[in-house]
Amino acid sequence: MSDLTLREAARKPDLLAPGHRLCAGCGESIIVRMVLKAVRGPTMATTATGCLEVSTTIFPYTAWNLPWIHSAFENAAATASGMEAAWQAMRRRGRGPLAKYETLDIIAFAGDGGTYDIGLQALSGALERGHDFTYVLLDNEAYMNTGIQRSGGTPRAAATTTSPAGRVIPGKREWKKPIDEIVVAHEIPYVATMSAAYPMDVLRKARRAFEAEGPAFLHAIVPCARGWRYPPEKTIEVSRLAVQTCIFPLWECRLEGGRPVYRLSAASSAIARRPEAKKPVEEYLEIQGRFRHLFRPERRGDIVDSIQAWVDNRWELLLERAGL
Amino acid sequence: MMQRQVLMGINGDEAVAYATKQVNPDVLAAYPITPQTIIVERFSEYVADGLVDTEFVAVESEHSALSNCIGAAAAGARAFTASAANGLALMWEMTYIAASLRLPIVMAIVNRALPGPINIHNDHSDSMGARDCGWIQVYCENSQEVYDACIEAWRMGEHPDVQLPVMVCLDGFTLSHTMENVLTLPDEEVEGFVGERGYMTIRGHMGDAEFRLDPETPLTMGPCDLQDFYFEHKLQQVEAMKQALDAIPEVDAEYAKVSGRRYGLIHPYRMEDAEVALVGLGSTMGTVRHVVDGLREEGVKAGLVKIRVFRPFPEEDILEAVGDVPVVGVLDKSASFGAPGGPLYEEVKTTFYDESDRPLIADYIYGLGGRDASQGLIRGIFRSLEGIRSRGEVAEKVSFVGVRE
Amino acid sequence: MSEQKPGWRELHRGAVPYRSSEEYETGDWGVERPEIDLSRCTRCVLCHFYCPEGAIKVREDGYTEVDFRYCKGCGICAAECPVKCIEMVRKT
Repeated sequence: MSDLTLREAARKPDLLAPGHRLCAGCGESIIVRMVLKAVRGPTMATTATGCLEVSTTIFPYTAWNLPWIHSAFENAAATASGMEAAWQAMRRRGRGPLAKYETLDIIAFAGDGGTYDIGLQALSGALERGHDFTYVLLDNEAYMNTGIQRSGGTPRAAATTTSPAGRVIPGKREWKKPIDEIVVAHEIPYVATMSAAYPMDVLRKARRAFEAEGPAFLHAIVPCARGWRYPPEKTIEVSRLAVQTCIFPLWECRLEGGRPVYRLSAASSAIARRPEAKKPVEEYLEIQGRFRHLFRPERRGDIVDSIQAWVDNRWELLLERAGL
Repeated sequence: MMQRQVLMGINGDEAVAYATKQVNPDVLAAYPITPQTIIVERFSEYVADGLVDTEFVAVESEHSALSNCIGAAAAGARAFTASAANGLALMWEMTYIAASLRLPIVMAIVNRALPGPINIHNDHSDSMGARDCGWIQVYCENSQEVYDACIEAWRMGEHPDVQLPVMVCLDGFTLSHTMENVLTLPDEEVEGFVGERGYMTIRGHMGDAEFRLDPETPLTMGPCDLQDFYFEHKLQQVEAMKQALDAIPEVDAEYAKVSGRRYGLIHPYRMEDAEVALVGLGSTMGTVRHVVDGLREEGVKAGLVKIRVFRPFPEEDILEAVGDVPVVGVLDKSASFGAPGGPLYEEVKTTFYDESDRPLIADYIYGLGGRDASQGLIRGIFRSLEGIRSRGEVAEKVSFVGVRE
Repeated sequence: MSEQKPGWRELHRGAVPYRSSEEYETGDWGVERPEIDLSRCTRCVLCHFYCPEGAIKVREDGYTEVDFRYCKGCGICAAECPVKCIEMVRKT
């Protein structure tokens, strides 16, 4: 199947309609609109409780122009499993309203809250059982909808409302949980990272995820102007810097011959070829208010350096895995 | 029709599994917990032997079990699960969601005590703890009732005026693990009775549609209600429960034609001229019936009202069945800590409050954690009722019977 | 302007939203609005993708235009346009 061009994708109707109540400049709807552009046929979706779900379905309005259900916070993967099981059952029996669909792509959207932490169990179970669905992690690195509290996905040193930058403790002490490695360890057909700054990459990976037979996992870095504290027009810029500094590299991992095979993509594969293009992580940290305490009133070189070391270490590890 | 029924020696869990096998739902998602385990094990055997073509989802927790059922039912499927105690407690959040989403899921609850300390034996604390969530609740006295309820439940929940999930409750170990004689219908009778699932028609943002997820007519389920709509949506659930009071007897009447067994919201026994009566739920009522017969032979005018459907609560039927029986004891197999009495007692007493002529009502909380309810225990309760009758007053509104002081 | 909201009897069961979000015009949220200089636009359509609202539509001729019923004035389109042909202008 040939990849969609941007112009072709632009002509497709938006399955997420405007008029939702997400903040101006919100990164979630940008990614969701892109992912939904890659829809290839009959599709249904579920979304965990969070900014996206709440802001798009304030009764009696809804922004979802595809079949969609929200059930709870920690169970996007379990709800999607049930939807998929229903379709499989009807297909197998040749009866029931969904039996007529030869393909039916099921998407679960969930935030870092509903995935890293409270949603991890349901995700792991769904992956282990091998349901044919795509899980899209919209990672804005904190429990944003409830007021910017830290999650397992919050990066080291980020200030959140439950890991504030105080006089004694400078933001979150723990490192970001390696959710992608956890998912890859489940040996599913397709895992990939995405950034809205690279729309072709998003479209391509979303389409591959839908086409994968079995579970697919897409991890999108989703800047949040409110929680990360930057002016809303910079959402794409921040999405881009995350990749350019390699704090959030772009890659995909396919199970081939029973082994995870990593491939870099877009700007990350360019940086792998030309390492001098890799930007220092400080450029990414500096423009976000949640890292402000690392620079003012004084520069916390110790912390910035430790973050750079962590980024470099993981980048090297990724290069190794990608055989580079 | 009754001649074609097959007599089986099976326990309550097996009755659930067998009835569900015959219904052959699209999806079964369940997590094992004693004393429900035989249900999932038996059903897995049916799946492995190709006797059903249900999609069996071996979920990783009870919360996911009900979440899977919700996703499946939302997609238009028939979905079944089973649990008990901690498992029901773990899926508590989802029970409210299943009911408010108006999904006619069927769930067997094998009644077991809630911890702690951990106790795997029978009482009603689990399903009583879920009495507010908006599910229809049916309590079974024996495995025959379990088998029949697991078939009827689909029609109760899917009734066009109802559209609610249904909990079929059976006492852990007492029913689940005890072999009884159960008359089972031929497969085609069960299939004919449950038929295909029907859907309510609703108006969505892209047009009128059947209430299920389908790319043909996209709709949104599970929106966010602000203060301006939540209350109205809850009233719709209140109404659905009221409708169920009429819908369930309709289903029972239809089932009677197929099975020869006629159920109702309640089953009064020897109440017409009773002077002392016990009201209760579940398998203990079988023991009570036996004691009532014995007492009658001794000249005591005893009676009982077994409540089969606890949600919706059958106030009118209870008022009618009790009539002018002067003394009523309520058997509660669960406690509500800090409440005026056990949950069934509170609802029965409320039912009678506005009557000008109402019985003396006393609560007997018994059997917690599987403490045996012997004939002797029940006889003791009837003696207490007789004492109330002769004194003309309830000295002790709530007593805990069978516990060591 | 408040409209009479439906009572529980009138509402259909199942709490299914019956109005598209497109009926809820968020265009009055922002204090700025984007102005696209079509003479310099290269029809890259990136602004269509980057808009969180989907308020930048692609016309038949491939140029983009803003649907001001929904634009929240976030400024991403102006910030990201590769040829800087979009300017955020203060609303009056």
